Amino acid sequence: MDRVSTFDLSRQSVRELNQYLHHDLPNNGAVRLEILNPNGQHSLAVGLDAPAEVDILGHAGYFIAGMNKRAKVTVHGNVGWSVAENIMSGTVRVKGCASECAGASGHGGLVVIEEDASSRCGISMKGCDIVVGGSVGHLSAFMAQAGTLVVCGDAGASLGDSLYEATIYVGGKIHSLGADAQEEPMTAADVARVNDLLLKAGITRDPKSFKRVASKRSLYHWHADAGQQY
Amino acid sequence: MCGIVGYLAKKPELCRSLGEQVVPMLTCMGDRGPDSAGLAVFGDPVEGSLRRFSIYAPSRLFDWSAFEQQLTARVGGEVELSGLENHATVIASANPVRFKTWLTESYPDLHLLSIGRAIDLYKDEGHPREIAQRYHFTQLAGTHSVGHTRMATESAVSPAHAHPFTAGEDFCLVHNGSLSNPYSVRRKLEKKGIRFETDNDTEAACRFLEWRMSEGDTLEAAIAKGFDELDGFFTLLMATADKLILVRDAFACKPAVVAETDEYVAISSEYRALAHLPGVKDARIFEPAPEQIYSWTVSAHST
Repeated sequence: MDRVSTFDLSRQSVRELNQYLHHDLPNNGAVRLEILNPNGQHSLAVGLDAPAEVDILGHAGYFIAGMNKRAKVTVHGNVGWSVAENIMSGTVRVKGCASECAGASGHGGLVVIEEDASSRCGISMKGCDIVVGGSVGHLSAFMAQAGTLVVCGDAGASLGDSLYEATIYVGGKIHSLGADAQEEPMTAADVARVNDLLLKAGITRDPKSFKRVASKRSLYHWHADAGQQY
Repeated sequence: MCGIVGYLAKKPELCRSLGEQVVPMLTCMGDRGPDSAGLAVFGDPVEGSLRRFSIYAPSRLFDWSAFEQQLTARVGGEVELSGLENHATVIASANPVRFKTWLTESYPDLHLLSIGRAIDLYKDEGHPREIAQRYHFTQLAGTHSVGHTRMATESAVSPAHAHPFTAGEDFCLVHNGSLSNPYSVRRKLEKKGIRFETDNDTEAACRFLEWRMSEGDTLEAAIAKGFDELDGFFTLLMATADKLILVRDAFACKPAVVAETDEYVAISSEYRALAHLPGVKDARIFEPAPEQIYSWTVSAHST
């Protein structure tokens, strides 16, 4: 039987919550945790390293579920800046919208934003997968090094600027591509990759309708004869 | 880092309790700006030749009743003054330019915070919580309000450097961010005879937009020109006698979140400052897009 524990942030502090998650949960704590009344507070469920399920019931603030390992964190509302920043593994799901820098610098695991994500989504991502059910703002996947960003809606200006080896798939319109990003043909492997991530995210879309964006690989090679005209 | 808050009531009962709605927002954003704070409140405009003047005195012991006598002798007619600590609101039938000249000459230590038919403005040094208590913000009523909590990064901490800034009549502006060309904007405006009161970057934005409006632009048209003229990072929240307007620069790296219901529009740097508002969980909550002008017009009356 699941052991369920509840934290009410109208009565308990964020520090108490995170100390419980860090010290008690990995050994003998509940495997499922509900967080009530988040009321936009920051840094909830940060630094988890346990195979637990955490449900945040309401809108939350900045840095939710940062550095997540193994845990499955679900926010039943919107989040502020930098949700799942530096995620290592596990899943972070936001049922509403996310503000800037969702999944920034993520190394592994899956980030799902069911509605829109704002600017700089997946900035500098290093191997995680991000699926956005709606649209993303400008400068998404800026300097993204590895991993996959799937955007079911539209992408804002300068998508994939200074992109390294991450791959971006966009279902809607692309406002503009950033420097060194280019649209490429979808292969069967790309369709399978998008299909797999949509399934994991629980979002129904035709994977064949997506466009692939990847790096031209011209910007990150040093050209001695380019006259330093960068 | 700074915090901004804004509120527009769509129902008369929320106009009457405007201060109670806004104070928790301002206090919460004290985490983003603990060194000074300010609040502008707009109510139903006074009629005819009457104007409202908000005045700041450096000393809490300033004799407002003596000031009222001097002012009455000067302007004639009825003068209504309510003084509290460093602050006074004056309603008088006085020409704004002549009033300002008289005040500067007769009381050089006093600072004229705002002029208009609808605006009252308060700002001071200290934690927003203390300032809200000092000036009884919870008791304020009005149709809409703009507030700011400051963590100074580019100019001195003083009551004059606190936001909101004003220019002209019934116009105020608060800013989260930093401008990189305030001095070039200022030099352009000074050549046109526009006077500055501080070296704060936000004052340049405020006076630029008011200058455009004095040249005949709507505030929206002035902001559109501001996107070309103002270089730097900004979330700007502005109010006129009947409008609340919010914009972010092209990079949009300074936050803002809006919660709108049938009863109010509430704006803050962070959602947690809105979490106490009634019905906010069912509000339409969104983040303003870069270089888009969001404008709300007053429909309710405050009295």
